[in-house]
Order: sequence, then structure tokens, then C-alpha cells
Amino acid sequence: MSFWEFVNDRWSRLLVESLLHVSAVVQCTVVAVVIGVGIGVAVYRSPLGSAAAIALTSAVLTIPSFALLGLLIPVLGLGAKPTVVALVLYGLLPIVRNTIVGLAGVDGAVRDAARGIGMSRFGVLTRVELRLAWPAILTGTRIATQMLMGIAAIAAYVRGPGLGVEIFAGLTRAGSANATNQAIAGTVGIVVLALLLDGVFAVIGRYTTSRGIRGE
Amino acid sequence: MASEIELIDVTKRYPGVAAPAVDSVSMTIRAGEIVVLVGPSGCGKTTTMRMINRLIEPTSGRITIDGEDTLSLNPDRLRRGIGYAIQQAGLFPHLTVGQNVATVPGLLGWGRSRVSERVDEMLDLVGLDPAEFRDRYPRQLSGGQQQRVGVARALAADPPVLLMDEPFGAVDPITRGNLQDELMRLQAELRKTIVFVTHDFDEAVKIGDRIAVLGPQSRILQYDTPEAILANPADDTVAGFVGAGASLKQLRLRRVREVELSRAVTARVTDEPAEVGRRLVEAGREYALLLDARNRPVSWAHVRHPGQPRPVGDSVSLQSTLQDALEAMLTEGGAAVVTGARGEYVGLVEMDAVIGTVQKLRGDHAEPAS
Repeated sequence: MSFWEFVNDRWSRLLVESLLHVSAVVQCTVVAVVIGVGIGVAVYRSPLGSAAAIALTSAVLTIPSFALLGLLIPVLGLGAKPTVVALVLYGLLPIVRNTIVGLAGVDGAVRDAARGIGMSRFGVLTRVELRLAWPAILTGTRIATQMLMGIAAIAAYVRGPGLGVEIFAGLTRAGSANATNQAIAGTVGIVVLALLLDGVFAVIGRYTTSRGIRGE
Repeated sequence: MASEIELIDVTKRYPGVAAPAVDSVSMTIRAGEIVVLVGPSGCGKTTTMRMINRLIEPTSGRITIDGEDTLSLNPDRLRRGIGYAIQQAGLFPHLTVGQNVATVPGLLGWGRSRVSERVDEMLDLVGLDPAEFRDRYPRQLSGGQQQRVGVARALAADPPVLLMDEPFGAVDPITRGNLQDELMRLQAELRKTIVFVTHDFDEAVKIGDRIAVLGPQSRILQYDTPEAILANPADDTVAGFVGAGASLKQLRLRRVREVELSRAVTARVTDEPAEVGRRLVEAGREYALLLDARNRPVSWAHVRHPGQPRPVGDSVSLQSTLQDALEAMLTEGGAAVVTGARGEYVGLVEMDAVIGTVQKLRGDHAEPAS
């Protein structure tokens, strides 16, 4: 069976797995954004806090994903739970770092003016600082998504959802009929999804960034 | 609408620093005046100003606006009632010019149509065409235009008090001069209480109703009108700050309409030169001013050759400063011609009048003999 025949044959199953894959990545990214921006907002005023937050999230990233997932099994069991926890943890670093960089990069004069004309601290944060940091935060999120697309494949190891299932199945059956096709189908699927998602981010960036701060 | 501001023994100490940044400053800023805080960098003038709207909280002392203690108010609400303009303008880059100006009215909960009317009114006021500028973003404006928008934003909610921290410090000298003129024009219309911080003494002289010259720790070295400070600096430090050429600077503060004008021998351009010459001899004067049919000065005729008149170069108006008049005198080589609103001849300013004015200012502000 050729690769295309294989894809054709398994089309509906690959489609479901693709949807699960994207859905897991997107949902975990959303959670990571909420937590990551929260951490960034909490620490950006303090150089020490910023350094600590970045160091901590970097440390997570140095743990091999295979190892982290394995370590989570005894705690959280198999399936969605360890997958979600691992993906969220890996997604944090670029988001936290870019949130801190973005917020710290806001012009002091702008912040001073915002306070001086009577905006509350919360108002300055939500109406000025986060808006100005948004392009950086969005870039961080985009990087996180790309990373999570790949890491999500490993989650099949803990029986997580997604195209990783195909890759693992293909690899464990290496040598038997269609094993290579299966592994390749999963891999190519992930690459295609990653590119599609990146395109979506470009569009989001275009429509959510003020013309006043877009670099063009 | 304006408010009186009073600082009573205001002190600011920062933890871990022995000397206070601002040491027991007391001053009264009268309603409707521009008071300029001027002093060297790091003297605490900005800190003093920022304590008025509580961007910096005083360590001790009291600040009242119209008798009301600022510490008794919610700081955000307090600041919404005080205009604030700063050096780099601090415009919100992600918002349009219109949205920037609309910020404070928005915070105060004005209705949409009232806000948009107000935005156009404010842009008009600072000399920017609303149709052209309302929907632009700050990065599409020049430095001077950004400053104008900054001032428009500060004034949008019609606050009785305006704080300005070196608002024209970051623009080129020509634009700065224009912005200073605009501010004076605005102030003539609005009569706000304005606290203006600068390190440029000439700027202080130009725009201030009163100047507070500050020393280290914001100590007030002299607090008086520009005329008085120029005529009689309180001590050597102030004198050093005033710099050379105090008398020349004073000329900028006096207008031609305030001095006594002298009269020239005048004649029509159509008059016979011989007749003009005869009248000059009679009057014992050297030059006659020839006027056209609408009384506008055209040329000078000399007594010895009245038939070859020399055109009038610079003339000054009643609103011109004495510095302009002196400049005209130097280029004209004698008296400066003063013209009225329609360019008609009004009189002459002569060197004696200028000297007399400077002498009188010195006399008025001189210390009683000790």
C-alpha cells in the first residue's frame, strides 16, 4: 500500500486524531497563557522575581518530555491528565518570558502619564501595559504552540490523545506492513497542523494589535 | 476656573537616604497663575510637583487645593481633576490621538457624544485640525504635535489645575518657542493654575507669572515675579542662575505699549522735498518720517537731502517686546517706528525710553538701602 493509499484508507481516523491533537494543544496553550501572563504580571515589577520566574520555567523546559510524562504517571495516571499538565508546563516559558519582556518594555513616560492623568493601577495594567505588551505576549504564545505541537506527540506514551498515537503505533510495529506509512502520516500531520495554527496566529496578531504599535 | 494650591512644610524623604529629597517646602500658588519651578537638575523640583498630584506621597507636611487636603482624597480621583503633561508627552501609542485626548473624560464617565465634541474642541484649541489628526496614531506625529496632543489630553476634562513637567524639553528650539507662545495664548483664555517645571531660566521668564528658583532639596531661594528676580536676584546662587544679560532679559518682559512714545516729524510721501527740508530745519530735527495716504510709514527723509528718502526697514507693534524694539533700533540706526493694528504710524521708541524702563525696573525692585 502506498503512502497516499494509506492516508486515504485511514482518513477519517487521522482526521479525528488531528482534531484531538489540535484541541489538546490549543486548550493547553490557553491555560498556559492565563497562568503565564498571570505570573508575568505578578513579577515584572521586580527584577528578582522576573529572574526567578524565568529560571524556574526554563528549568521545566530542560526536563526531557519523555521523562516528565513518565514521572507524572504515578501521580496522575494515564490519559488526558498527565498530558495536560505536561503541555501547560512546557508552554509556560515562552509566555512568561515574553510577558515580562513586553511589560518591562513599556515606555516609562507612558506609564507615568497614565498614572498622572488618573488611571488606577489596574487600569494602567489592563488598558495600557498589557495592550502594549500584547505583540510580545502573542509571539510567546505562538512559540509555545509550535513547541506543544511536537511535545503533544510524545503524550501518546501516556495514552494521551492525538497524532502521537499513529507515530508510536508505527514505531512499535516497525518492519510490519504499513508501519512506516503510519509513522510518517502522524509526523506529516503534525507538521501540517503546526503550519496551519501558525497561520491562524498571524491572522490573530493582525486583528488584535493596534495599528499604532504594529511595525509597518 | 482655577484653584489655589498651598504647600505647607512639605518634606519627602526616601528610605536609606540621609538628606531629604525635598526639605520642608512651603509656598502658595495663586489661582490662575503660572508658577514656574526652576532649578538645577536633581534639586527636587519634579518631586515637589509630583507631590501635588500624589504621584509621590509626601513624607510629612500638607498640600491643599482650594483649602482641601489632597491626602483626604482618593489619589486616582484627585489626579483626574488635575491636568498632567510631561516631557515625552507620554501619549498612549496604541490609541489614536482622539482616544488619547478622550482618556480622562472617559474615566470620568462622560457620555460618548460629549466626549467626541470635547476631543474636537481640544484639538482645535491646541492648533491641530481635528479632521486631520483625530484618527492618527502618535507615532505618525512630529515631536511638537505630540506635545500639543499631550497638552490637549491634560486639559480635556477642564481641570482647574495643570501640572507640566518640562513639557517642551524634548523638542527643537523653534518648536519650543512656538509651543511656549501657544501655552501663553491658551492661558490668557483659560486662566488655569499651572505649575510648570523647567531647568531653563529663559523659559521660566517667558511664561511665568511667578518664578520659584529652587536650590538643593527644593529649598526656595527666591519666589517672585520674573521682573523682580531679574532686577534684584536674592543671592549669588540666584544671580548665577539668572545668568548674564539680566537687563536684556528684562526687555523681553516689557511691551512697547508700556513705554512713552516720542513723536517724529512726519510728512506725506507726496509732499515737496524742499518743504519737508524746511520743516525739519524749523523743528531742529535731522529726519522726517514720510507716510502714505493711509498713514503707514514708508521712508525716512534726511534734512540735507530730503529728495532721496531711505525706506523704513523694521517696525514694531504696540505688542512687541522692548527687545524687538531694541533690535529694530540697532538695524535702523536710530529710533524704531511703532505701528498700530492696521500698520499705521503711532510713534517712535527711542533709546532713552528703553534705558529709562530698565532703570525704573531696577529701582522698583531694589532692596531698601541698608
